[in-house]
Amino acid sequence: MRYDVVVVGAGPAGSRTAKIAADNGCRVLMIEKRQEIGVPVRCGEGVSKKGLKELGIEPESSWIAADIKGARIYAPNGKHVLLSEEQAGGEVGYNIYRDIFDKSLAKQAGKSGADIMLKSSVFEVIKENNKIKGVKVKSMGENLEIKADVVVGADGFESQIGRWSGIDTSLKQNDVVPSLQYTMTNIDYTEYNDFYIGSVAPGGYAWVFPKNNEANVGLGVQLSKIKERGDVKKHLDRFVEKKFPNGKIVRIVAGCVSVCAPIEKTVGNGVLLVGDAARQIDPLTGGGIINALICGTIAGEVIGNAVKKQEFNETLMEYERRWRAELEDKLYRNWIAKEKGTTLSDEVFNKIIEALSGYDFKKISTTEILRGIQSKYPELMKEFEGLI
Amino acid sequence: MKVDKTKCMYCGSCVGTCPKNAIFLEETNIVFNRELCIECGVCEKVCPVGAITAE
Repeated sequence: MRYDVVVVGAGPAGSRTAKIAADNGCRVLMIEKRQEIGVPVRCGEGVSKKGLKELGIEPESSWIAADIKGARIYAPNGKHVLLSEEQAGGEVGYNIYRDIFDKSLAKQAGKSGADIMLKSSVFEVIKENNKIKGVKVKSMGENLEIKADVVVGADGFESQIGRWSGIDTSLKQNDVVPSLQYTMTNIDYTEYNDFYIGSVAPGGYAWVFPKNNEANVGLGVQLSKIKERGDVKKHLDRFVEKKFPNGKIVRIVAGCVSVCAPIEKTVGNGVLLVGDAARQIDPLTGGGIINALICGTIAGEVIGNAVKKQEFNETLMEYERRWRAELEDKLYRNWIAKEKGTTLSDEVFNKIIEALSGYDFKKISTTEILRGIQSKYPELMKEFEGLI
Repeated sequence: MKVDKTKCMYCGSCVGTCPKNAIFLEETNIVFNRELCIECGVCEKVCPVGAITAE
């Protein structure tokens, strides 16, 4: 089999890359190891309305579970600060059904002409003269060799394509947040996405994202702060017992989030990485959908050019330049803020939330948070040296 | 390394975190390469549900 482009992984990054590359005239194959696109869900399922709009992705009622008014951030002492959608910088918007959302994106790729292959695991990349030339796939019991000019690793947190192609995607323990989430019913639902910071979730946070007659209740802990096996589940069970003693669990979601600074390199000769595989997640919020779609769009356009020119080394570097121009500064800044945040005590978090709840700001950002703290607790500012 | 298949959610947390790329996820199968393992124990800690015992 031969294609211009093979995309490994059919999440948002993969489907978007596949669609845009197909729209730009490429012959595309998208490979997914699972038997159903979007399943199992591995996500808190919140997505920014603004982000979708800027990408030209029309909201569909089939995947919208709830329309969210804003975010509430809870301090360890139970006090909170309320952020409207605008103040949260468009970080909240819709809570979605990720399985249906992912399928919708895959259908768009299919409609643009991309072929899709399910229940197929890539187990090797084909290399010739230092160029990636395709992949070897185990597909429904059959071993296949698929040749392609460009291989796209959209294979998520557990990405193999990058590592097999000599791109370093390894993570430090400070930059990994294993997470667990229960989708629960029989609890009180609100119109806000709630975040709980402090020792409830060391180095991470707990969240409650309401959906239609259910809510995603989840928690992530920084890997370096995990003491023993099963800590994440213990923390979540404790949180749920306290918050929702009568809640019933209808789904369990496990997964891991990378919260690192931008990695050195996401492109090799004949290969590029997109989405979680390229560690493009926002390190402060752990949100990855919009960034995956932005980078997938850029990847698809750049691959389209490369296929037209039939040049797959220098031309692909354009992807590196363009996604970094769009996202790198923010990712780096939010990584610094995350690094700082993971060192703070519950007492400091209490003061920060108290300061913020009395401070009138337009849009949340590290600078605005610091201004809020300075207005109320100037003596706390020494905690944030280097961030200003 | 031992995986308790009655607990494993096949989420890939151990796969992406393993510093030696010694763990591989097929659809609902965790494949472990003993030759690459350096016994660092990080897979045991990263598993959200505690399904892994590092030996």
